[in-house]
Amino acid sequence: MHRLLPLLVAVPLLGAALLAALGRVLPRVVAESVGCAVSAGTAALAVVLLPHSSPPLVEWAGGWEPVRGYGVGIVLVGDGPGLGMAALVSLLTLAALAYSWRSFDEPPHGHTGAFPALMLLFQAGMCGFAIAGDLFNAFVWFELMGVVAYALTGHRVEEARAVQGALTFAIVNSLGGYALLMGIALLYARTGELAMAEIGRGLDAGGPPDALVLAGFVLVLTGLLVKAAAVPFHFWLPDAHAVAPTPVCMLLSGVMVQLGVFGVWRIHGTVFSGPGGLPAGDVERVLMVLGAVTAAIGALMCWYQRHIKRLLAYSTIAHTGLFLLGVGTLTPEGDDGVALYVIGHAGVKAALFACTGILLDRFGSVDEHVLHGRAGALRGVAVMFAAAALGLAGLPPFGTALGKSVTEEAVGGPLTVLYVVVSAVTAGAVLRVAARVFLGLGPRPREARGEDAYETTGNGEEPETEQRLVRVPDTMTAVPALLLAGALAAGAVPGFADAVARAMSEATTAGLVHTSVHWTPVGIVLGLVSTLLAVGLAAVAVTRPELLAPPARALPLRRLQSGHVGDYVAWLLVGTTVLGVLALPAVLTG
Amino acid sequence: MTAVLHVLPYLVAAWVFLAGAYGLATSRNLIHAVGCLSVCQAATYVLLLAVGYRDGATAPVFSDMAPGTRPVVDPVVQALALTDVVVGATVTALLLALVVQVAKRHGTVDPDELTELRG
Amino acid sequence: MNPRTRLWLVATGGAGLAALLVAACLRLPDFGGDRHPYGDRAVRASLERHVANTVASVNFDQRAFDTLGELTILFAAVLGCMVLLRQTRDEHRAPPEPADVALPVRRYALLVLPVALLTGLYVVAHGQLSPGGGFQGGVVAATALHLLYLGADYRALERVRPIGPYEAGDALATSAYLVTGVAGLIGGSAFLANTLLPYGMFNTLASGGTVPLLNAAVGMEVACAVVVLLAGFLDQAVEIVEEGEDGERDDDGHDHEEPGK
Repeated sequence: MHRLLPLLVAVPLLGAALLAALGRVLPRVVAESVGCAVSAGTAALAVVLLPHSSPPLVEWAGGWEPVRGYGVGIVLVGDGPGLGMAALVSLLTLAALAYSWRSFDEPPHGHTGAFPALMLLFQAGMCGFAIAGDLFNAFVWFELMGVVAYALTGHRVEEARAVQGALTFAIVNSLGGYALLMGIALLYARTGELAMAEIGRGLDAGGPPDALVLAGFVLVLTGLLVKAAAVPFHFWLPDAHAVAPTPVCMLLSGVMVQLGVFGVWRIHGTVFSGPGGLPAGDVERVLMVLGAVTAAIGALMCWYQRHIKRLLAYSTIAHTGLFLLGVGTLTPEGDDGVALYVIGHAGVKAALFACTGILLDRFGSVDEHVLHGRAGALRGVAVMFAAAALGLAGLPPFGTALGKSVTEEAVGGPLTVLYVVVSAVTAGAVLRVAARVFLGLGPRPREARGEDAYETTGNGEEPETEQRLVRVPDTMTAVPALLLAGALAAGAVPGFADAVARAMSEATTAGLVHTSVHWTPVGIVLGLVSTLLAVGLAAVAVTRPELLAPPARALPLRRLQSGHVGDYVAWLLVGTTVLGVLALPAVLTG
Repeated sequence: MTAVLHVLPYLVAAWVFLAGAYGLATSRNLIHAVGCLSVCQAATYVLLLAVGYRDGATAPVFSDMAPGTRPVVDPVVQALALTDVVVGATVTALLLALVVQVAKRHGTVDPDELTELRG
Repeated sequence: MNPRTRLWLVATGGAGLAALLVAACLRLPDFGGDRHPYGDRAVRASLERHVANTVASVNFDQRAFDTLGELTILFAAVLGCMVLLRQTRDEHRAPPEPADVALPVRRYALLVLPVALLTGLYVVAHGQLSPGGGFQGGVVAATALHLLYLGADYRALERVRPIGPYEAGDALATSAYLVTGVAGLIGGSAFLANTLLPYGMFNTLASGGTVPLLNAAVGMEVACAVVVLLAGFLDQAVEIVEEGEDGERDDDGHDHEEPGK
């Protein structure tokens, strides 16, 4: 079975090459159907491989098995989390391709296959990153997913915002990628190896961590946290997500950002968790501080948005913060919880973007204020939008709720409160949008102080379909419905959560430490509390807008999101310094 | 003095990376910014190749040299640097394509004048 | 953020990063040190498989999976650039103007073109023997064609490089690399396994099993990719005009570049 691992990358790549080669002659329907079929095939492969992942599948590309413990080849690791991410990536790509099937704007002349081919390349990059067991190979696939994501984000080149957002995205993420590569080079210099496990062993052989290990850790983490959009590396994300085509947003917000968190988990676990890596306390401090700040800032900024896609983008940042908090506990419970949370979140967030895309294509706007009361006729979309919002809040039995409750117990103390509040605020913002846009509740929001209001409105966006939709195609409504069903099933299907937990324990402790994951009364109560809080916030915001309007003192925070790429680079530098300072005690005491 | 020479190539790499990052942050022209990003990337080449160097060694190519007669530098970092070059070239091409479109849609390549996305 | 604040941020962040990097550099093994365990293993593995250029062995055999990623990054960038630099609704193509080129420049370019092209192909073909290979040679070969742009004009260049076939060549070369990999999986042992073909005589063109095949696929991919990439940018510079500017309407994309027109 392990021989098939590279096919998770090769199949979508071959599909993309085929689509590009025949793109000039293929009719559009055929090209898009081929895209769907290939991504579905890859998803099937990942799902077939998953049950065989204990013990983890290990494949040396090119058949270069190590001789006497030392190899020259590239190792691929198909353990539960890796294959699980690959499956999630593939299913979401399939969903995104199905969503855009025949409805997405007319492709450029002679490039019928370009969009599905790029989506398949994106899928291949993400799958490759998920199963990489070699640090440099991980960088290569990381860059592939980056390059494709930049191109897809700027796909609508006629729009000024789209190209600006894509450029910012590309510059900040490339710089992060080069920081990652600097870190890899430092680790190679110390250990002379590239396989993650070998680097870890090499560091352990070198005694307690020193400045070199610290620098390697900080630089590698910088690259991954830029992708994961942790504060202060996060500025590119709202700009990119607000302008990317909806199917691309589904992938960016649903899995790509989470792959950054996954990379942190994977590389910490394999490279830096031994005695030669960084002490657990210091890693915990780094991830906890960054996670908490990310969650708080993401939630706050999410609340202040009126551009719906931007609002969802900030909610992704807030949830990334929550994921980092869970991973930062460095406990099996935290890992299990985050794994489930990521699965549930992918379904819910992608569904929200899908519904927003319908609004855009129907009304030519994604602005909460402009759309006030205009989408009343779209009942089905309204129900899905609201249900996804409740899922975001953590209403049992959504997968998000189960994952959240497990992680909440793992983090404990005041951080549990943060978890409840952050998920409530982000979900409250989405519910507020739902109440205004679909139900037309409350007074029509007044326009802020003229032209110089420091915000991005969602008006003037071009629909992504050829013309404004009169009737919403069935595929566009079926996809969010299925995604929501998936998110619901992740929490409701008995045994699923336990299977995820078993896969996680198999990957981290070879199955020695197994934690059982199930609904607890406390978890259910906390989920209900954050849901009620979200509903309450939305109700207040809609009926008495002035109570929760952005106060003047929030302006400095909003001004940080300036759209200026130089600012974002400056923050990236500050972020690496912050990482270094937070992890510094590891070297001073060690 | 020799102690400095032993780490000088690494320090050059660090310097190049920081210089590129400074240029990127303070850039007033997006094409210049793309160039600065390439400078940052050049730092990774310098670091990789410096890490792989071996005193008195030659290129790891045995077409005109019997194996074992001379030490060779680390071939792995050279392969990594090659990959890195390709990544850099493609990213630069993509970035420049985006800059072309930014120039068309915004009528400027000064990042200070791009004010569409904020807040 | 005003430039002053930004400069402060850059200074703070840069100082922190600088301190970190310098501290790390001081702990790195001395420059020119003798300990390269992976490198030494790679050299041995390369000689076992009769590949004289170890870098080619690392690229196309031992770490061929990395090269697959590298290849597809280039492929994705080409596809991305074609999408980003497409002719949009508010633009049209104006046929390029013939250009006057000084005679010495023209002579020189036409003289050097075949030499450069041949050099590129030579560098590709000897990838597993001498420094160079598919990536390097592909770039040389592709840029050689562009001497026509310098020596003659854009129309001459367009005659020798119809974009369609090059795009297809790019995709087919990528497929060829993948198919070779899958053949290793089906016929031999593992994906991209170099066990199908004999390793041949050391230091000959046919040595190294599948290394020359993968090398050739990469050479073709890079050459096609560079041609298409440059075409994307040159089209923007030379042909594509925003609506309202001069030039006659021409809707059929690149198809008017057919030879003999």
